[in-house]
Amino acid sequence: MKRVYPDKEYCIGCHLCELACITAHSKSKDLIIAYREERGRDGLSPCKKVFEKGDTCVAISCRHCDEPSCVAACISGGLYKDPETGRTVYDRDKCVGCWSCLMACPYGAIRRHPIEAKIVKCDLCEGRENGPACVEACPNQALKYEER
Amino acid sequence: MLFQPINKNYHEFCIERDKDLCINCKVCVRQCSYDAHFWDESRQKVMHDNTKCIGCHRCEALCPTAALSIRNKPSDFRPHKLWRPVFLQNIYKQADTGGVLLAGMGSPVDIPVYWDSMLLDASQVTNPSIDPLREPMELKTFLGAKPKRLSIVTDKNGKPKLKTKLTPQLELDVPIMFAAMSLGAINFNLHQAMARAATETGTAYNTGEGGLHKSLYKYGKNTIVQVASGRFGVHLDYLKAGSAIEIKVGQGAKPGIGGHLPGEKINFMVSETRMVPIGSDAISPAPHHDIYSIEDLLQLIYALKEASEYKVPISVKIAAVHNVAAIASGVVRAGADIVTVDGMRGGTGAAPAMIRDNVGIPIELALAQVDQRLRDEGIRNKASIVAAGGIRCSGDVVKAIALGADAVYIGTATLIAVGCTLCGRCYTGKCPWGIATNDSKLSKRQNPDIAARKLANLIRAWGHEIEEMLGGMGLNSIESLRGNRDKLRGVGLSDTELDILGIKHAGR
Amino acid sequence: MKYVIIGNGIASIGAIEGIRKVDTENEILVIGSEDSPAYGRPLISYLLAGKIGPDRLALRPQEFYEKSIVTLKLGITVTDIDIKARTVSTDKGESIEFENLLIATGGIPFTPPIPGSDGTDVYNFTNLKHAQVLISKAKTIKKAIVIGGGLIGLKAGESLFDRGVDVTILELSPRILSLAFDENAAALAGGRLAEVGLNVKCGVTVKEIQRDEEGNLKGVHLTDGNFMQTDVVVIAIGVVPNYSLAKDAGITVDRGINVNDHMATSADNVFAAGDVAQAKDLLFEDNRVIPIWTNAYNQGFCAGKNMAGAKIEFSGSLAMNSISFYGLPTISVGTVNPPEDDDSYEVAITLDEKKKCYRKLVFHNNHLVGYVLVGDIDMAGMYTAFVKFQMAVPEDARKQLLSGEPDVLMWPDDFFRETWNPETKN
Repeated sequence: MKRVYPDKEYCIGCHLCELACITAHSKSKDLIIAYREERGRDGLSPCKKVFEKGDTCVAISCRHCDEPSCVAACISGGLYKDPETGRTVYDRDKCVGCWSCLMACPYGAIRRHPIEAKIVKCDLCEGRENGPACVEACPNQALKYEER
Repeated sequence: MLFQPINKNYHEFCIERDKDLCINCKVCVRQCSYDAHFWDESRQKVMHDNTKCIGCHRCEALCPTAALSIRNKPSDFRPHKLWRPVFLQNIYKQADTGGVLLAGMGSPVDIPVYWDSMLLDASQVTNPSIDPLREPMELKTFLGAKPKRLSIVTDKNGKPKLKTKLTPQLELDVPIMFAAMSLGAINFNLHQAMARAATETGTAYNTGEGGLHKSLYKYGKNTIVQVASGRFGVHLDYLKAGSAIEIKVGQGAKPGIGGHLPGEKINFMVSETRMVPIGSDAISPAPHHDIYSIEDLLQLIYALKEASEYKVPISVKIAAVHNVAAIASGVVRAGADIVTVDGMRGGTGAAPAMIRDNVGIPIELALAQVDQRLRDEGIRNKASIVAAGGIRCSGDVVKAIALGADAVYIGTATLIAVGCTLCGRCYTGKCPWGIATNDSKLSKRQNPDIAARKLANLIRAWGHEIEEMLGGMGLNSIESLRGNRDKLRGVGLSDTELDILGIKHAGR
Repeated sequence: MKYVIIGNGIASIGAIEGIRKVDTENEILVIGSEDSPAYGRPLISYLLAGKIGPDRLALRPQEFYEKSIVTLKLGITVTDIDIKARTVSTDKGESIEFENLLIATGGIPFTPPIPGSDGTDVYNFTNLKHAQVLISKAKTIKKAIVIGGGLIGLKAGESLFDRGVDVTILELSPRILSLAFDENAAALAGGRLAEVGLNVKCGVTVKEIQRDEEGNLKGVHLTDGNFMQTDVVVIAIGVVPNYSLAKDAGITVDRGINVNDHMATSADNVFAAGDVAQAKDLLFEDNRVIPIWTNAYNQGFCAGKNMAGAKIEFSGSLAMNSISFYGLPTISVGTVNPPEDDDSYEVAITLDEKKKCYRKLVFHNNHLVGYVLVGDIDMAGMYTAFVKFQMAVPEDARKQLLSGEPDVLMWPDDFFRETWNPETKN
């Protein structure tokens, strides 16, 4: 399956991927409204996080592991592997906000929703025509969406 | 921001932030390596300091909401034909610092651009034009000495065979090469990108005077290794690594002076490649201390030929100065296979502004004179001519070849292709586009995958355009254009200028 | 039948998914004694608290079983395993042949011998039935006693309290959460419960349950001599492996069913996983029973793959718990209470009582082997990485861990690349 692969050699730490992510996951699909309004009001937050250490940085999000720890840890059936697409799917309605997945995922790819007892996790921009928004927005091709 | 020292207010640029668009996402803050943008904790928003803006446009390019515009500062000094603002600003600056004015990139001064005063010919009715999309078009160029005449013998089977022994040639699919920019002046990512793009498009790039990193040896077929007055990174393997060796005597942007790569730019990789300690200044002397005459130059040329076992052509690069034609003649007589002439608009990583803006002559005039002189002396075949310094487009390339060049170097255009906006602060090492910097955080802004693709695209695009122009002139080979000044006409030029360029005025 | 699984919990689901990774064809039979589809056992506290409805209990949708070619026999209890004949017998008199068997019978609540505990209104909190009874009773009961101040006890108490019941939690040891958490974390959690209004009494437990002549529950006598009135008693001391079926069949058991690194028991083609199994531990060299959700799934998954013919080694159990007390999240992973007399362990603690923020890191031989987070739990996964992948933590990295900012850039370069940006295959 195609996944998003981050390249720390060429990540420039601009955080544009995070902005693209919240835009893609916003109601308005408009960065300005998403960032100014939906972020505060609805707790809209990115599925990606840019880690920085000295001169190195990298944008991390769910790896959609073949055998994910989060699925193993999920007590509610809210996380599961889609056998057809290979994606690790999050069912928001089933999630009870126990944070087991957040604890179990050793890749730090799951975060708490800022307001609700839900998690925020990359869905590879499911249904988006041009694939993951972060990859499209990266100005330095430090994110690649491909089969490996 | 407030209460600046008086002279600080005479800055060049203003940052305009559209309040309706700016979302305070701090992308500009992270991108600006001059700290012109900053997060204001007390106001809880992104603010900027216009005095720090160098006009590189990096923030504008990456702002996700297009909220930023960089403009020239509207405040004008009282108009004065003699005392233009730049002179005032320079004097203020020097009165404050007591230092030499440094500058980067090519000279911005207003001297005639002869490319713009020359026009190309095209075929009509007779000698019909050629469509490069339907018919073969040859841009292949060989740089190196050509024999005066060819002797051919017939072998036993009656087949003709070349008897004349040819000297080594640098083979190019397109007569456009990436100019000498050292590892140090620009970073490894771009060196790699140039190497890859040159290989992909069948041309060559020049290492500049900073040596060649071992990992790039594999691109040797498309590499010209340079030997300059500092001899940085020069060793036997290096001399054998490329397909041509260039002795750099002068540089168009700063004829007569040497170079100075500040210690801050010498990181591990640069140090390893240049063979100088990390953090120490790398100073290239103004002259080669072993060259004080044409005879000395001859010795170096032949030393390099010996070292490289006569397998590659030797180029000598000189700056376009007043008596460039005579110097070029000497260079060719000293045994150079290629003469590179670098005009005064050529770029530089760092040069004293006064030198850059006041020394040397334009490449168009120098090129025409060098070509003419070598022809007059009957030694034009002994060396190829490469023109450099201010080639902006494929039209300039075609004109340069018509004036007598075999090929051209593009330096500034190379950098523009990967994002350079000519802000001219290469000497600070803080290039926000990740070009003229070895800062690991900044240099990664140049992803070699992207840069190599852009450079290859540029070469291909210009190649196509050259083919179109050649076809239009009824030529099907770049060779037929070389020194073919009949294909050029001047507009608005004086008789002297036309005479120097060796072209007729338009209409004649 | 190619695959038979006894038990219908999370280990069973892990096994189904594990088998289907290797074998997508042969049928799977799941026999479960509870008459409901597999549910998340921890979810029953959410159900009791009224946070979710019964419709959200199922761990996998019905079509999962259809797509995975699984036959479910629910409400049926296996009574006997014949490891020679390779059959299992059920309480319905059926005899089912198997090629590969997984015993995933989980744990049974541990009930200490308390006089009066036989009779009505004494519950344990590990299955759906009890939860449903408690829900129906919650409207009428006023007071409840919960015996056990561990994770299950506290969640049971919290859920009943949410239903408007006056709850008292009794814990025999000097503090609550003595197993999974340390003193500081327990104090923060206890403080949060007290803030809300739950009564927690430590160092005390029930000596006897008092009933009237008709057998109706009246109250409890405590070990400190006091008497407390109550309408119900919930016993939530813990669970013990439910291994009698295996033991009776002649399969080797210790504290749980012994399994090797491939989750196989002493009997051929019989595997065990989950709370019933005594399996490889990630941090210690011996095999242990670690009745933790994630382990159950992982062991089931590994067992399933091995049942289907793959030779996969189990990576080892790792204790981990994530639980929130009225919005105060707590997480504990690995070794959090190292032996006090062992100098090879180093413990680093950051505590901000005002913000209810706590972080405890346990190092052993320059490795992070466990941690506790209370309040600020967002970086938990990054800490888990250090425990799970057993990455060495040099001095400067330790500083970063202590400051609460672990990240992937601290990983060894090769491991980082392999994980995040591997070379394109082929």
